[in-house]
Amino acid sequence: MGAEFVALSLVPMTIGVLAAIACALPGNFLILRRQALIGDAISHVVLPGIVAAFLVTGSVSSGPMLIGAAGAALLAVLLIEAVKRLGRIEPGAAMGVVFTALFAAGVLLLEQTDTSGVHLDVDHALMGNLESLIWFDGTGWASLLDPAALATLPHELWRIAATCLAITALTMVFWRPLALSTFDEGFAASLGVPTRAVSLGLVIAAALAAVAAFDAVGSIIVIAMFICPPATARLMTNRLGHQVLWSVAIAALSAVLGYVAAGYGPLWLGHDHAVSAAGMIATVSGLLLAMACLLGPHRHRVGEGPAPA
Amino acid sequence: METLVAALTLQAGYNAALVTLGAACLGVAAGTGGTFLFLRKRALVSDAVAHATLPGICLAFIAMALLGGDGRSLPGLLAGSAITSVAGLLAIQWMVGRTRLTEDTAIGAVLSVFFGFGVVLLTVIQNLEVGRQAGLESFLLGSTAGMLFQDAVIVAAGGALVAGLAFLLHRPMILVAFDPDFAAASGIDVRRTDLAMMALVTAVTVVGLKIVGLVLVVALLIIPPVTARFWTERASAIAPAAGALGGLAGYLGAALSASAPALPTGPVIVLVATAFFLVSLLIAPARGVLARLVAHRRFQARVHRRQGLLALARSEPIHDRLTLTLLRREGLIRPDGEPTEEGEREAERARQDERRWAAIRRQHQHTAQSERYDGLTPITEVLTHDEIAAIDREIGAQPMGAT
Repeated sequence: MGAEFVALSLVPMTIGVLAAIACALPGNFLILRRQALIGDAISHVVLPGIVAAFLVTGSVSSGPMLIGAAGAALLAVLLIEAVKRLGRIEPGAAMGVVFTALFAAGVLLLEQTDTSGVHLDVDHALMGNLESLIWFDGTGWASLLDPAALATLPHELWRIAATCLAITALTMVFWRPLALSTFDEGFAASLGVPTRAVSLGLVIAAALAAVAAFDAVGSIIVIAMFICPPATARLMTNRLGHQVLWSVAIAALSAVLGYVAAGYGPLWLGHDHAVSAAGMIATVSGLLLAMACLLGPHRHRVGEGPAPA
Repeated sequence: METLVAALTLQAGYNAALVTLGAACLGVAAGTGGTFLFLRKRALVSDAVAHATLPGICLAFIAMALLGGDGRSLPGLLAGSAITSVAGLLAIQWMVGRTRLTEDTAIGAVLSVFFGFGVVLLTVIQNLEVGRQAGLESFLLGSTAGMLFQDAVIVAAGGALVAGLAFLLHRPMILVAFDPDFAAASGIDVRRTDLAMMALVTAVTVVGLKIVGLVLVVALLIIPPVTARFWTERASAIAPAAGALGGLAGYLGAALSASAPALPTGPVIVLVATAFFLVSLLIAPARGVLARLVAHRRFQARVHRRQGLLALARSEPIHDRLTLTLLRREGLIRPDGEPTEEGEREAERARQDERRWAAIRRQHQHTAQSERYDGLTPITEVLTHDEIAAIDREIGAQPMGAT
């Protein structure tokens, strides 16, 4: 755990943990509202968003990209709602129509544009690039106290840290209306909670987390972290507050374990190449979920199976 | 343009023709199979099935490469993809059946975890010391460029096979989707039909991998049935219509993409299907946006006309602009707002109708009829002449002409 760890692994691991937590927080409410697949839809439309941003600005700087991705996510949410209402189509199908169509448009745009000179491709959007976020000036633990070295930290770190902080703050501030409208929308509305605004706000927060996370970690982790840690937590407890804390812990654990397994696992097995950290984090979160499905104290529906102790 | 015509008439080369035919067959099979998923409200299960093919493709490649064969043999890769997509499907069913997680959560979990594991395996393959490993990524988005002849044959034959399967199974599948209890009562094994449907969806996904890729094959399963639903209210008509729409999208999309460079097959097929969807959303009769707008305006006009006539009958002033315009246009009132002769006649008729309704709504023996009161339906559509005459006697109304 020396200088090499600080330079190569500390930053990607931290980014992974922050991204996982930022996604898992809204994920808790999404899965309880049976909107888990909103995360799936959002992370698919990020691609057309960044392609459109590139076409408009002609650059791959992160500002326009993020705006493009956030715009596409918002557009997708509005389109899903429009298709659902105008066509009277059930939500799942409406979602499927919108995100596949937007994704197809994004791929087509990408193929039609000359992006050979820039780093913009589908694989990157899907799989992220966690391993490349190296801290060149991080020469040891002492660098954490060195302002000059800290200034060279990859900017992705600051962005995801700010997002994670914002999402945590939003969750805490809006805890009551969120919890109320998630469990009993009618009751919440009768208390004067603006349930539609809460619902839209949740989706926007999810989009924000997805967009901030995808650049560093790719859309697979985004979907996995929206769903797996909250689902695992759901099988561990009956209390919402505990579930959210569990999900944060599981998200962080998945990120750390996944990163370590991807970076060092192959070495321990005698190979000298690391595997995809993003993919491994998703895999680990899936294994944790599978364990909870088999052993979680609250895995059964109420009234089914043995009562939890 | 010439190349497009050539591609549409299958003259753009042997492979292109096979791919076009294969895409059309795939579209037919996907539309038919997808209808079933859509009617059962499980459209997004296909998304998980599709993403779960990735680890299978990678595992098949690794297995074949380690055994010394050609890792890129298409039949082997497709077989591998089928195995993990079925595993993904079983995982969803297990999670929904055994735990309290809902289906959307299970779908999302399987989708992301299987896909993530597939990405891990992709990086493992990149590090394997075997040749000819490039190109597995092409399954993500499909790629028909530089396809081998025998691969094109497999795609076309596979497309024809799933289309045939969909045709054979479509009657029991539609029955189960629409009314599982009735299907069971008519002697159809619902569980096996469900399994057959999932097998069909898996087959469509696997065959579609090479043409549209695993991210977009979902679109072929969802968009055509949703589009077909706009055009018909009959369950038995949706599947053939969705099959036809899917087939057409596959054919046109593949031909379009063969006619120009930088038009990737999968996205173009999906966008053609989306274009059909958008057109249907707008102009479909009964369920389309325009049709519903027209119907709404017509209803609004009927309400305003009726209320206007009742106001005339009571000699009350009318202030609503829409009502005034409607009555004026029909020549029922003069420009100064006074009723014309015809207007007075119509107003009296409306008032009488309203009084007759009021009478039967007071009487209990007319419950079934009086429930049809909506302030618009003329009573002559609900009661017979004799009944109306009886009511008129009761309320002492003057019988009016042939109302």
